[in-house]
Amino acid sequence: MSELNRLTIAEARQGMSEGKFSSVELTQSCVDAMEARADLGAYITPTPEAALEAAAEADKKRATGEEGALLGIPLGIKDLFCTEGVQTTAASRILEGFKPTYESTVTSNLLRDGAVFLGKLNLDEFAMGSSNTTSYYGNVVNPWQSSEKPDMQLVPGGSSGGSASAVAARLCLGATGTDTGGSIRQPAAFCGITGLKPTYGRCSRWGVVAFASSLDQAGPMARSVEDCGILLGSMAGYDPMDTTSVDTPVPDYTAELGAGVKGLKIGIPKEYRVDGMPEEIEKLWMETADKLRDQGAEIVDISLPHTHSALPAYYIVAPAEASSNLARYDGVRYGFRADAPEGLPEFSSLEEMYATTRAEGFGPEVQRRIMIGAYVLSAGFYDAYYNKARRVRTLIAKDFTDAFGQVDAILTPTTPSPAFGITEEPTGVEMYMNDVFTVPASMAGIPGISVPVGLSKAGLPLGVQLLGKPFEEVGLLRVAQAVESAAGFSATPQLMA
Amino acid sequence: MSITRETVEQAARLARLTVAEEDKDRLAGELSAILGFVEQLDAINTDDVEPLTSVVGATARMRKDVVNAGDYPERVLANAPDRVTDFYAVPKVVE
Repeated sequence: MSELNRLTIAEARQGMSEGKFSSVELTQSCVDAMEARADLGAYITPTPEAALEAAAEADKKRATGEEGALLGIPLGIKDLFCTEGVQTTAASRILEGFKPTYESTVTSNLLRDGAVFLGKLNLDEFAMGSSNTTSYYGNVVNPWQSSEKPDMQLVPGGSSGGSASAVAARLCLGATGTDTGGSIRQPAAFCGITGLKPTYGRCSRWGVVAFASSLDQAGPMARSVEDCGILLGSMAGYDPMDTTSVDTPVPDYTAELGAGVKGLKIGIPKEYRVDGMPEEIEKLWMETADKLRDQGAEIVDISLPHTHSALPAYYIVAPAEASSNLARYDGVRYGFRADAPEGLPEFSSLEEMYATTRAEGFGPEVQRRIMIGAYVLSAGFYDAYYNKARRVRTLIAKDFTDAFGQVDAILTPTTPSPAFGITEEPTGVEMYMNDVFTVPASMAGIPGISVPVGLSKAGLPLGVQLLGKPFEEVGLLRVAQAVESAAGFSATPQLMA
Repeated sequence: MSITRETVEQAARLARLTVAEEDKDRLAGELSAILGFVEQLDAINTDDVEPLTSVVGATARMRKDVVNAGDYPERVLANAPDRVTDFYAVPKVVE
């Protein structure tokens, strides 16, 4: 059977349970797709042989009557999740060749439910970036092309750029991502797929290479809201190995899909209109609100007054925590170690070995961020920067708490622009503006989902973001599915396998 | 706030990073731009605001004080760039 790789997870489950095709056939079709579109750079480490073996195992289990929510479903795994025996790089030279001797909790949960892993997906180095151009293992290309500049390679967004590109190009049925300031939602929007950042604490961070521990959260990326719900049901859960994972039951995230939005209140925050945002984004945002109103939702104008403080506060909190987390890469316990300076038999000090290893092992964006982090945490500056940012974070969280006293969900654009060219990418602080709409929810720890709703004038996908109350992903997915069905987004990328 | 070459050197030392002489001015400019951007927070009054410690209000959980992992040096050392028996090894350093 051809084009099995284009099925949704829900369709593939159905097809396999009806005996229409096997997991081996489904997985082979994804493996073929990965080879056909290797030029997208989506995978750092493809594992086709292991995938086909796991698929055969899944077929055997199914034949003996065993079941599993993801039995035989081929997925891609962001290369930030430790996978036992399979190289895990965080897209950094400093972890080249690192083969974990343990499995992350999230990937263990997926394996428990029968998932098949196709390989490890590219990302921005240590998940720091919004364009997937900071990976040591090469850029990821967005499978969508602009009708205005068809020859230009576009970024897939970041940091989960490999995940988004692979899901959009049909190189897997779904993927794991991680989101620290928008790293699931922004690439999902750029690639025309659906990506969910759950509530902080919903998925265990154990075995996920740490970037900013008070913000990092794993989540699903897929081609439908339903598929995101299916994946989250497997990924989520309390884990004693992560002290910030929350011990609350994992519900059926697909339970309320199709229930509609009648009677729900949807907030439109006025602060999400920013200067220079293309008119087409504002238009799609308002059209989406109108469609929800037509389905019986009440649209409510709200205010989140500290929205524009979130990004500057994030650029203190995230680098500060990164500088601490990345202190462990010293060339002693794992990964890359630099050689002694040319012409010399040895380093002059152990510190020189650390500093040389880190300078050669980390890319420029990571180095910038850990230097900023070290600076804002240094003696005399800690209170002015880090504690100030944490106080602002309290205000941002309170904005959302107040808003959720009035509304059930909040609707915003996901990004202030569609995907841009790899050679046209903005630099420095301008690049950070990509995350202006996604960072506030990260700072508050609340769940957010990006759903594709339309195309720009140049034919590039645009997404809207829905934000929900903590641990109420079931309701959030319900609203997201109403948006999905109202938008009827069915366009496909040019570079699809 | 404008970052000087000396501050770049200080931050690089704290971050354990070797920085080439020719990169210091560029880094000073880049770090100044980021700090300039975050300093807009100074305009926000946070006098009576507590720093956020946990977004989900979770409290620390107690567990039994028992050994629950360990005694597998091969797993721990499997990725070491260099080792001697069951120890990590570093290059000889003469200071």
